[in-house]
Amino acid sequence: MNAPDRTGLGNAFEATASGTLTGAPIERVEDERFLTGAGCFTDDVRFEGMVHAAILRSSHAHARIRGIDCSAARALPGVLLVATAAEIGHAHKPIPIRLAPLPGLDRFLQPTIAADEVRYVGEPVAIVVATSRYIAEDALDLIETDYEELPAVTGIEQSIAGAALVHASVGTNVATQYPVGRGDAEQAFASAPYTRRERFRCHRHTGAPMETRGLVAEWNGSLMRVWGATKVPFFNRGLLASMFDLPETAVDMIETDIGGGFGIRGEFYPEDFLVPWASMQLGRPVKWIEDRREHLMAANHARETECELEIAMDHDGTIRGLRGRAMADLGAYVRTGGGVAISRLAQYLPGPYRITDFACEVMAVITNKTPVGTFRGPGRYEANFFRERLLDLACADLGLDPVAVREKNLIAKHEMPWPIGRLVPTEGEGAYDVGDFHSGLHKALAAIGYERLPRGGTRIDGWLHGVGVACFVESSGGGKSENARIIARTDGSFDIYSGVSTMGQGHETVFAQIAGDELGVPLDAFRVHHGSTAHVDYGWGTFHSRAIVVGGSAVKLAAAQLREQLDALAATGHVGAPAEDIEVKLRYDTRGPTYSYGTHVAHVAVDPETARVKVLAYVALEDVGRVMNPLLAHGQAVGGAVQGIGATFLDELRYDEAGQLLSGSYADYLMATSTEVPAVQAVLLEESPSPSNPLGAKGAGEGGIVATGGALANAVGDALAGYRLPLTTLPLSLDNLARALRQARAAGNAPQAGH
Amino acid sequence: MNPTREITLRVNGNTVRAVCETRITLLDFLRDQAGLTGTHAGCEHGVCGACTVQLDGESVRSCLLFAAQVSTGEITTVEGLAPAGSLTDLQRAFRRHHALQCGFCTPGMLMTADALLRESPNPDEAAVRAALSGNLCRCTGYQPIIEAVLDCAESRAEATLRADQRHAPTTSGGAA
Ligand code: FES
Ligand code: FES
Repeated sequence: MNAPDRTGLGNAFEATASGTLTGAPIERVEDERFLTGAGCFTDDVRFEGMVHAAILRSSHAHARIRGIDCSAARALPGVLLVATAAEIGHAHKPIPIRLAPLPGLDRFLQPTIAADEVRYVGEPVAIVVATSRYIAEDALDLIETDYEELPAVTGIEQSIAGAALVHASVGTNVATQYPVGRGDAEQAFASAPYTRRERFRCHRHTGAPMETRGLVAEWNGSLMRVWGATKVPFFNRGLLASMFDLPETAVDMIETDIGGGFGIRGEFYPEDFLVPWASMQLGRPVKWIEDRREHLMAANHARETECELEIAMDHDGTIRGLRGRAMADLGAYVRTGGGVAISRLAQYLPGPYRITDFACEVMAVITNKTPVGTFRGPGRYEANFFRERLLDLACADLGLDPVAVREKNLIAKHEMPWPIGRLVPTEGEGAYDVGDFHSGLHKALAAIGYERLPRGGTRIDGWLHGVGVACFVESSGGGKSENARIIARTDGSFDIYSGVSTMGQGHETVFAQIAGDELGVPLDAFRVHHGSTAHVDYGWGTFHSRAIVVGGSAVKLAAAQLREQLDALAATGHVGAPAEDIEVKLRYDTRGPTYSYGTHVAHVAVDPETARVKVLAYVALEDVGRVMNPLLAHGQAVGGAVQGIGATFLDELRYDEAGQLLSGSYADYLMATSTEVPAVQAVLLEESPSPSNPLGAKGAGEGGIVATGGALANAVGDALAGYRLPLTTLPLSLDNLARALRQARAAGNAPQAGH
Repeated sequence: MNPTREITLRVNGNTVRAVCETRITLLDFLRDQAGLTGTHAGCEHGVCGACTVQLDGESVRSCLLFAAQVSTGEITTVEGLAPAGSLTDLQRAFRRHHALQCGFCTPGMLMTADALLRESPNPDEAAVRAALSGNLCRCTGYQPIIEAVLDCAESRAEATLRADQRHAPTTSGGAA
């Protein structure tokens, strides 16, 4: 790195050259158990004497609880426990914020069970435990609730207006409001020859992993064990222990196989208190497995935001400034990660461009809908769509080529590290560390064969063709530190223990690859243990694409230390495996986040009569610093892109004005299926290894999704260039697109037939 | 009390007998009575395909059937695809193509794809996509799953061709 060090990051590590295992497309060691049905997911955990919980949830968006009559439910044979806030007591604490404690948010924390008022459809009101799940659900039907309906707040504007309050005692629906920025946006706009302002909207949707949430809790009188933990088991252990006034050592969180996380699974939810509490009352293991309807109404929602965004440009396309107002609908309460997406959204509005003058007013409001959390690429997907779409609209106004304008404004390699200022109030100054953004753009265009693609509304067999481009940058590697422990066993095998958790990414394989290279032993010498609180002193978990960047770095350094000890042993003349177990424990402290970046390009064809869109080709390019296992990294990139492509057209959590969830089943909440998605071409570059960790790695888990909304909206906009559609609202559903086309025709914006 | 009865099913070549409520689904019977937890519940209303098993060789959704309905058929679950300790060529193709990440959808995908390849041994990509369109996967983007199924079909076709060539009567001796 030759650039002056403006960040203080320094260049502590030279990324090491690939060993024989890291960098190789090695098949996963974890696959066999999943292929034979031998995986152990949460619902596969069974114990003698285990009983089953079900949760009664509010059917109203906002209501006062006048009374709950549980007598009939309690009388049902097989029912062991029915409890409401009355039995659980008000002593239990609300669920605190884990990340992004923005000013004001802590006034809206969620209680573990509703006491006097319900504030969203799906809020827990009672817990039932019975000898079978069937009986527990029967008992739910027997609970009589008496509600007095209150006015429901279901939109951002309505919430800000404040005529009805979600939390009357707080006196406002605005959970947080703060300005961020850098440079002097006002000055930039005052002198700019061209400006354009649009109001954008991103729809409410969510990660919806294939395995719903669930847990099994067992209290044996002195120890609380909870199976089904993931993402942040150590944080959740501390929280649960504090709720029960127990020492942390009296709680064990045990990770099972996890059927997908995507940000929403593994945060601390009300059920993470209620089920262990029930187990304490009964002295028996209690299992709770969420059904899909519950999942869609009770697990974190995400993404619902609006943004007024204005760009200032010179006539040659040089961006002079960007300013706006970003607003998020947080739902009824602020959950553990409720502030993450909106704060990241504001941070990533300027993106990979040389925008020195930027200002944004950030606001998050409370409504009578399910609370939000994070979903893969939180804030990044939304911000990328807003900015990249606005760029294309500005290009159309000025008659400029969208690719040329991006080339002109991307931050150049020699300008790195690029200071981004302090755009998140809970963090300090930041800087993009290294990157060749231009190379990413050029390689993505080459990969899709941009020059040869029909675009700009070219009509082929009735379909109008368009191409859209979106560039992004995003951070990874959060969480201060990570622990790793490696033990060399006397039989020549090794146990690796890590504080990260895994939800299907393949960390067991990658950690073995990393340690295998350090120790010079084959993959099958390793057993990898992760995610459970018994393995290491503390673990920061898996979020913010940190498992490899931080967790993998810890494994690498621990393995290197172990290697030294084994070498020393060998120097004494010892041959073969050690006579006693040798253990190395290590804590790796990060040097701040690292930034991956890239470009997505989409080629679509649109039928203007039916509003159908076909995605014909899609390139998702990302520089991830260093690829540990190309098979797995491609899997992450393709999977993320398809999730984003599906979400851009299909996934939507819709509410009516009374706050009833309209898409509470997989028949209504549509996710991409195998016939709807294109073959995505994932391109992974290793041109800019991260200087901040010994692997040179950057997060590879989220870049696939970040630019999908922006690239697809721009592609559809390009195909329908003749209609001059703003396309400022996601999803690009059949309904929304058909409406936009009708409006364009009514406004006389449609091209002449035969055009 | 809900009505109960004794239910006897043939699963993976074994007989499983249990007294349970008549309302128990095949999915819950397999998981809770037969102890075969490889079959998963993703939605319990027939949309996601995670619960797919085979009934007399055809893929069915075990969340939509009552266990008591299928007592005359042969049921196969993911545990019955290959003898313990081994993998079928389809399972190996899934591993080679990284066709699973979290693995939660995988048993359902395998049961659907296995039935497809039996019915139509040489499907094209569109046919594979269509056959798998009732199985949701939130991790892989489907692409590697489709590649794995096509790859498996191709290797089977090649193997058949080689076998045919080996067993073809030699022409030099002349047919009697
Ligand atoms: S669980 Fe049967 S189709 Fe989803
Ligand atoms: S591999 Fe996770 S749902 Fe398919």
